[in-house]
Amino acid sequence: MHTNLARRAFAALCGVALAVAAAACGDNTDPSDRPVSNASSISGSFAGAGASSQQTAVEAWIAGYQKTNPDAKISYNPSGSGAGVVTFLTGATVWAGSDKPLDSAQVEESKQVCSGSTAFDVPVYISPIAIVFNLRGVSDAGKHINMDAATIAKVFNGKITRWNDPTLAKQNPDLDLPDLPITVVHRSDKSGTTLNLLEYLKATAGKDWPYQLSENWPNDVGQGAKGTSGVISTIDQANGTIGYADLSQVGDMGTVAVKVGDEYTEISADAASKAVADSKLDESVPGANRVVLDINHATTEPGAYPIVLVSYDIACPIYRDENTARFAKSWLGYITGKAGQDQAKNATGSAPLPENIAQYVRASIDAIEVK
Amino acid sequence: MSTASKPSASPAASSLTQPVNGQKADRVFRGVAYACGILILVTLAAVALFLLFRAWPLIGGDQQANSAVIENFTGGKAKSFWGYVGPLLFGTVLVAALALVLAFFVSIGIALFISHYAPKRLAAVLSYIVDILAAIPSVIYGLWGGLVLVPAIYPFWNWIAEYLGWIPLFAGPAANPPRTVATVALVLAIMILPIITSIARDIFLQTPKLLEEAALGLGATKWEMIKLSVLPFGKSGVISASMLGLGRALGETMAVLMILSPGLKYSFKLLQASQNQTIAANIAAQYPEADGIGVSVLIGTGLVLFVITFLVNLLARRITEKAGK
Repeated sequence: MHTNLARRAFAALCGVALAVAAAACGDNTDPSDRPVSNASSISGSFAGAGASSQQTAVEAWIAGYQKTNPDAKISYNPSGSGAGVVTFLTGATVWAGSDKPLDSAQVEESKQVCSGSTAFDVPVYISPIAIVFNLRGVSDAGKHINMDAATIAKVFNGKITRWNDPTLAKQNPDLDLPDLPITVVHRSDKSGTTLNLLEYLKATAGKDWPYQLSENWPNDVGQGAKGTSGVISTIDQANGTIGYADLSQVGDMGTVAVKVGDEYTEISADAASKAVADSKLDESVPGANRVVLDINHATTEPGAYPIVLVSYDIACPIYRDENTARFAKSWLGYITGKAGQDQAKNATGSAPLPENIAQYVRASIDAIEVK
Repeated sequence: MSTASKPSASPAASSLTQPVNGQKADRVFRGVAYACGILILVTLAAVALFLLFRAWPLIGGDQQANSAVIENFTGGKAKSFWGYVGPLLFGTVLVAALALVLAFFVSIGIALFISHYAPKRLAAVLSYIVDILAAIPSVIYGLWGGLVLVPAIYPFWNWIAEYLGWIPLFAGPAANPPRTVATVALVLAIMILPIITSIARDIFLQTPKLLEEAALGLGATKWEMIKLSVLPFGKSGVISASMLGLGRALGETMAVLMILSPGLKYSFKLLQASQNQTIAANIAAQYPEADGIGVSVLIGTGLVLFVITFLVNLLARRITEKAGK
């Protein structure tokens, strides 16, 4: 009711904004006079909507982008991935942020807003997901706990219930693990973070993780908390808790070093980048220009951290409006370029796009038609 | 609450020389009072109609889509509306009833202390404090409960689970952090305590002095006097007060949302996490992610809560009437 109204109002507002932008463009001198690379040529109001995971990064990108394009007014509504795509498919926004790539039906539907072409998605924001714990004598001493995928699955599955379990002790000979129950803390609301952790467990833990993929937590182990902040504050409240959260929210809490190949990798932006670099493009998705990652959770690349959240931006290769097309091209180019990725890394601790993926992203963005 | 207007006994004496027609004012006042009375009925009807109307897709709509939405909400744990609202209703009533049980006796104790035991000045100060407590918004209690009480109370629950764990209610191990029904019930009890206390105190103070003095005159001790005259006199009022408190506990949202780790079970394990959830907190938690049918489902659960609150009040009215006879 309220969200619907807000969404409608927002859509209407965006429509007005686009109309104004178009009008403003008409008043300008012929855009073809100016080189596209001249960033200062972008002006008008542009709106995006979608994944809330990207919000902090988008805010940093807007600030960075406006340094070179002071006349561009950009807004981002963190309404959630699903709602963002729906709004994009009505044509009310220039781009959508989403934790999930488009499905086939959505690709087909996008022809209506993309002047007959189909929308494409490119990864823009890669956030490592930390497995966070609070254990007196370990986490407050700044130490990590080593775990392999099967151990993580058993902990989140309720099979390993105490911190001094032999499985844990064997992997952490240097730590003095107390005889204390493990309290698992998970999200109680739907979340892309949950989905990505479950994807990792499903891909690597085999029979230790029997559940279906879902944005909801699948079992009754431990406690649920609302939102990342709820998970973090719950973990903070008690000795012996373990949960998961985006790296940017973790602060100085203890994190689990995950076994990759023969070593245990501590979480970091660059380690997450490495895991993404070791991943392949999902070629099976329909539609042109799409860069959908099939994250290789079972990577054995030394120094790679395999639990990552990949968030995409969805845009059209052809826009009805010339000014919007120029904006989309320069905006996506900026955020996926080195400057933009570094900006996001500083603001949120996200992992920069690795070069072998970035080249496909550049090719897709280059395909946006600007006359 | 009474809407009847009494005719003024004597004509207004504003002027002695000119007769004043009190009939007109009387009629106007009666009209205003009637309007106010009817307004409350209209409001109630409007709320009921809104709930029914918005929950209608749940009853008359596509049942398959409904169960898909409910599965989506619960991660596949519930498939039908009743399978969804049942545990929620159970959790709501459980939490509220526990809170009432915890708060009731303490409230009566405080009220009696203020009305019959405390020295005048202390009684005045205490009354004032109770009224202030009643005015604190629930989000403050929620924040305090979530950030202060939850980490602080774990040793106590752990002790209970260890020594009283043989009682199924207190089956261990106690969750740590204790974001459990027990903690929520405690916070809700603290929240409704001042409401019950405040009303009970007012009623105890109205006990006719004659009754009290008669009891004392027959040789009753103070406690016997209270038992014989004050408590029977205040019975129906105290029940109304508790129902008011229970109503607040049933509908409490923020405090529950901020403390409880939700679950969807018919479970009495008060000290374990992820067992129950209340309807009000569930609506607040799921609303941001809900779309068309999802909103209908949530409003449908709201309708159930509305009906339950109604029934509870009806029951209270019955009990009060019986006690009054």
